[in-house]
Amino acid sequence: MKRLALALAFATLIPAAHAVEYTQIQPDKSAINFVYKQMGVAVDGKFKKFSSTLNFDPAKPAAAKASFDVELASVDTGAPEGDQEVAGKPWFNTKVFPSAKFVSGTVKPLGGNKYEVAGQLSIKGKTQDVVVPATFTAQGNTGIFDGSFTIRRADFSIGEGSWAKFDIVANDVQIKFRITASTK
Amino acid sequence: MASHHYTSTAKALHWLMAALLFGLLALGFYMHDLPLSPEKLQLYSWHKWAGVSAFLLVLFRLLWRVTHRPPALPETMPKLVQFAAHAGHFGLYVLMIAIPLSGWLMSSAKGFQTVWFGVLPIPDLLDKNKEVGDLLQTVHMSLNLLFIAVLAGHIGAALKHHFVDKDDILIRMAPRHSKEK
Ligand code: HEM
Repeated sequence: MKRLALALAFATLIPAAHAVEYTQIQPDKSAINFVYKQMGVAVDGKFKKFSSTLNFDPAKPAAAKASFDVELASVDTGAPEGDQEVAGKPWFNTKVFPSAKFVSGTVKPLGGNKYEVAGQLSIKGKTQDVVVPATFTAQGNTGIFDGSFTIRRADFSIGEGSWAKFDIVANDVQIKFRITASTK
Repeated sequence: MASHHYTSTAKALHWLMAALLFGLLALGFYMHDLPLSPEKLQLYSWHKWAGVSAFLLVLFRLLWRVTHRPPALPETMPKLVQFAAHAGHFGLYVLMIAIPLSGWLMSSAKGFQTVWFGVLPIPDLLDKNKEVGDLLQTVHMSLNLLFIAVLAGHIGAALKHHFVDKDDILIRMAPRHSKEK
């Protein structure tokens, strides 16, 4: 509430004319997918539900902020049996840890439409620093953020017990996202 | 007149595939009922690798079959029974093609590509589609049940020839009985 009040205060102070800020995420045009390897074979999956907040003004990238909250039980591993399994204790343990969180820290423009977003990723009670390369493409009053980064599932204790070895399900998991956002 | 024996290549293919197919059938039903575990995923991969191997073997076997005429059936067999034998063998070939094909298509539709022995990627012929994948799983299973029925007839007939008719039908497919390459 306080933050909102602050934002409103700023909004009235700053002339809105020059700032194009992308803040409204369009869930139907956004996706968080992942690729994991099963005995060396790449398999696609996705998360069907997530919420996020975003403030991005291409003129002031360093001030950009983003946060994501991914509902882990909405996972689609490619097989119903797999979805059930990864919701369970050895994997996400969604009863205790229902969501994964990403909160951005510094945003570094790399030139052109490329950016590097440092942030913190928390899954299953463990937090790791991650660096996420992303591109931004403006299309009228909507903008598309695309990017991918790789995490190691063991860093978050995802897949414990009999799954802890990487011979069947690899440690590396690639996360791919496409976020479509519009200006107010 | 056609020879009375199968070629040793035909015999080798017959018994190699018999062993492989029984293994695939048993493994298929066994793994399907397992709860999800690393072992299950491993068995699925092995099943797919062995299944693709069976598919390649049957293609080679068909090529051999059309270029090497098998020995004729004994004159003593009634025409109708001879026809049934040929139809049965034809059915076995059709199923030996259709079953691995349906497995391959199922894997494509389910989004789990087959990589033969973890080395050679087999192209996905279908796009990922859950409904199609589930349908093909049913097709794969149904064809396998049909296969078991035809195999039961095949084995039953072979044993009848050997023990009841006391002819050389079983013997001429037996490994040792090869007078010709
Ligand atoms: C002649 C070769 C093959 C035979 C005799 C065979 C036999 C079987 C049998 C008996 C089952 C159990 C059916 C069920 O309970 O659902 C099965 C399941 C399966 N087969 Fe095959 N199969 C063959 C080839 C293949 C190939 C080439 C592939 C893929 C490349 C394949 C993929 C599968 C899969 C993924 C299942 C599991 C279905 C499930 O439980 O979801 N099979 N197979």
